[in-house]
Amino acid sequence: MLAENASWLFRVTPYITFAAIWVAAALVPTFATGLEFNWSADLIAIVALLGSARFFLALAGMDVGTSFGGIGSSREVMIAALAEPAMLLMVFCVALIAGSTQLSTVATFMASSEVGLRVSLGMAMIALIMVALAENARIPIDNPATHLELTMVHEAMILEYSGRHLAMIEFGAFLKLQLYVSLIICVFFPWQITTEGAGPLSYLVSVAAYILKLVIASFLLAVFETATAKVRVFRVPEFLGAALMLGLLGTLLRFVSRGF
Amino acid sequence: MISTVAQQLWCVAALLATTVLAIATSRSRRSTAIVYGATFAISAIALAAALHALIAHSNATGLMLPVGLPWLGSHFRLDALAAFFLAVVNLGGAAASLYGLGYGSHETTPHRVLPFFPAFLAGMNLVVLADDAFTYLLCWEFMSLASWALVMSHHREADNARAGYVYLVMASFGTLALLLAFGLLSGAGGSYSFAAMRGIQHTPSEAALVLALMLLGAGSKAGLVPLHVWLPLAHPAAPSHVSALMSGVMTKVAVYGFIRVVFDLLGPPSWSAGVVVLILGGVTAVMGILYALMEKDLKRLLAYSTIENIGVVFASLGLALAFQANGYRLAAALAFTAALFHVLNHSFFKSLLFFGAGAVLTSTGERDMEKLGGLIHRMPLTSFVFLVGCVAISALPPFNGFVSEWLMFQAVLQSPDLPQWMLKIMVPAVGALLALAAVLAAACFVKAFGITFLGRARSPAAEAAGEVDRYCLAAMFGLAALCFLAGILPGLVIDALSPVAMAVIGHRMPVQASDAWLSIVPIEESRSSYNGLLVFIFITLRRRLPCISSIALHRARSGAGPPGVAALPIRLRRRNIPE
Repeated sequence: MLAENASWLFRVTPYITFAAIWVAAALVPTFATGLEFNWSADLIAIVALLGSARFFLALAGMDVGTSFGGIGSSREVMIAALAEPAMLLMVFCVALIAGSTQLSTVATFMASSEVGLRVSLGMAMIALIMVALAENARIPIDNPATHLELTMVHEAMILEYSGRHLAMIEFGAFLKLQLYVSLIICVFFPWQITTEGAGPLSYLVSVAAYILKLVIASFLLAVFETATAKVRVFRVPEFLGAALMLGLLGTLLRFVSRGF
Repeated sequence: MISTVAQQLWCVAALLATTVLAIATSRSRRSTAIVYGATFAISAIALAAALHALIAHSNATGLMLPVGLPWLGSHFRLDALAAFFLAVVNLGGAAASLYGLGYGSHETTPHRVLPFFPAFLAGMNLVVLADDAFTYLLCWEFMSLASWALVMSHHREADNARAGYVYLVMASFGTLALLLAFGLLSGAGGSYSFAAMRGIQHTPSEAALVLALMLLGAGSKAGLVPLHVWLPLAHPAAPSHVSALMSGVMTKVAVYGFIRVVFDLLGPPSWSAGVVVLILGGVTAVMGILYALMEKDLKRLLAYSTIENIGVVFASLGLALAFQANGYRLAAALAFTAALFHVLNHSFFKSLLFFGAGAVLTSTGERDMEKLGGLIHRMPLTSFVFLVGCVAISALPPFNGFVSEWLMFQAVLQSPDLPQWMLKIMVPAVGALLALAAVLAAACFVKAFGITFLGRARSPAAEAAGEVDRYCLAAMFGLAALCFLAGILPGLVIDALSPVAMAVIGHRMPVQASDAWLSIVPIEESRSSYNGLLVFIFITLRRRLPCISSIALHRARSGAGPPGVAALPIRLRRRNIPE
């Protein structure tokens, strides 16, 4: 079902969005590092690919010309304008510590014993979790289950979609959540990740560990969502501003902190 | 075989001859086609010659012409840096001429535009070729005045006279700063050729003063905050293809002047120069895009976004200075290449976007975005290329804007090597500003494209719009193709830029063409790599697969209904759709 005023952009957007998110998700090492195409793009490119997906989705929201689509797009863009710099600062912080933006190298470095506990890494992790909540339209920024007019952000943007288009978008949203969780796991909890040259058994162990970590993350997300309420749209900048500041402080504190 | 610099000077002579021709035929109806056809051919030849000089690693050639001051003559020289900027100027010139072939036919007063257009192109070429201070300043003024005349071509429209006045004041002020800078550079001996200036040792305070004067002089022409005030007034006032040249190309000539003086003539930089340029660049980037976000006039929005991009270029140059001062040649070459790459990219997509704004303007007569809307249905081709430009300028993969920003972030991440604490703290902070600017740019262009082209028409003019002619479309599609090619094959561009980095920094980035799958690796593969081609292939494949499978599984055709119906449950939909 398409709105009468929908253009070609409206029809291709679900596929472009899904493809961009899929490529970004495929670049995150989930249970093994040094995979075949991992060098084709790095962490900065992953952030930018998610940006591409959002760019097209926001345009599609404006395409039909209804007020919901427009308000959803403008809110989504406002949230992204704070979330993406916070994410990039987190990337800077991690990349400056690991000496690389290549996720395989980062994961290998983080899994090694030379990292230890660092203040800046802790800040970067909190910043990334906050960004992940905002980018995935979760409580307290947005509620993926709501259709309440004044509170929806992501849902308002895709209100005009139905059928297979909507399916692609929802699939893309699931993938994005999985991407963020995998990213947090890969950068901050890369225990049991298989590095290059390990035996087949270690791959099995890594897959099991990865699935276990995913389950724990989903459980924590569910607990967090039931424990908090959604904040007003006007307070979103405060939430994300905190993430931005944490990212910046993490980057700058890197010079004065060291591993324990 | 004539030397490379002589080839370029013949092209400039041909452009000046076209100016005379334009004055002679200005009342004729055919003059638009003749003048733009001639400038297109000349620019294309000059572009080919400049590219050949750049890629064939030709040696620098100089030439003295017996024009200018009596007995002294004018010195011209073509080296790798000049060849790169000549390529940028003439590529922009060729595209604008091609666009002008179509756009110029709507011009109400062609005799106010045609004579100055080739003169403006000639002026920009001459600035890049000049090899002594006198010739440089003379050509700089010639370029400024020719562009001023073009800004004033529609002088009866409200605000244009003021824009021209502000531009003239700022341009004179900038030239004054440049004059003083060259005076200091020539030293007590007073030799005004660039070759002699290179040989003079400058004290740190002299060098700092020259840097400050260059930031005033070249920075005001390029649009550095707070000297940007004229830019959003003057650039939109000109006809759209001239706006494209002013924004996409003339600001680059100012960047060229800055590089020529600060990297080439001034001798080894100090790290504090890097800090100043870096901070100015970062602040300019954020301020420019914030102004752009508030703008409702499409062409002014594009002019403000130029300020942002110039900020990005200057921030990269500041990084290059900081690395160069500390002897990190490879990192300096990386930052410098990022700056040049962004110069090239910005000339592609900013020209493209101004052409698109011009197409909207000819088709609807409107520049106010609030009165447009729904143009994607009535101008499908223009809206497609404008979308390409928007994606490219928002630094989204797999287009070219992303590659230069990515290279710049890689340079930012080299900062822990720097010994000064000031730089260690400052570089990531400016990196944060640049990240903010990049994201705000995406927000700004979502808004620009969404309000102008999507939704429904908000005025009768937008309702009645139609597609533009084939010359305009050819120019826009050509630039869009370049945006795409530079995005998926960045390694080739980086290799082509290597002679420039070699000449200016004394080092180059590693050879990229030999890497597997044409990926780019700035330092080493374990640190970072990016492959635009693969990313593009993956995206296209992934887009095709669900597309095909979902259509195969689900042969039903999409129905159409009023907006809002898609959100209703299926049982309610039937009642809402008129059968």
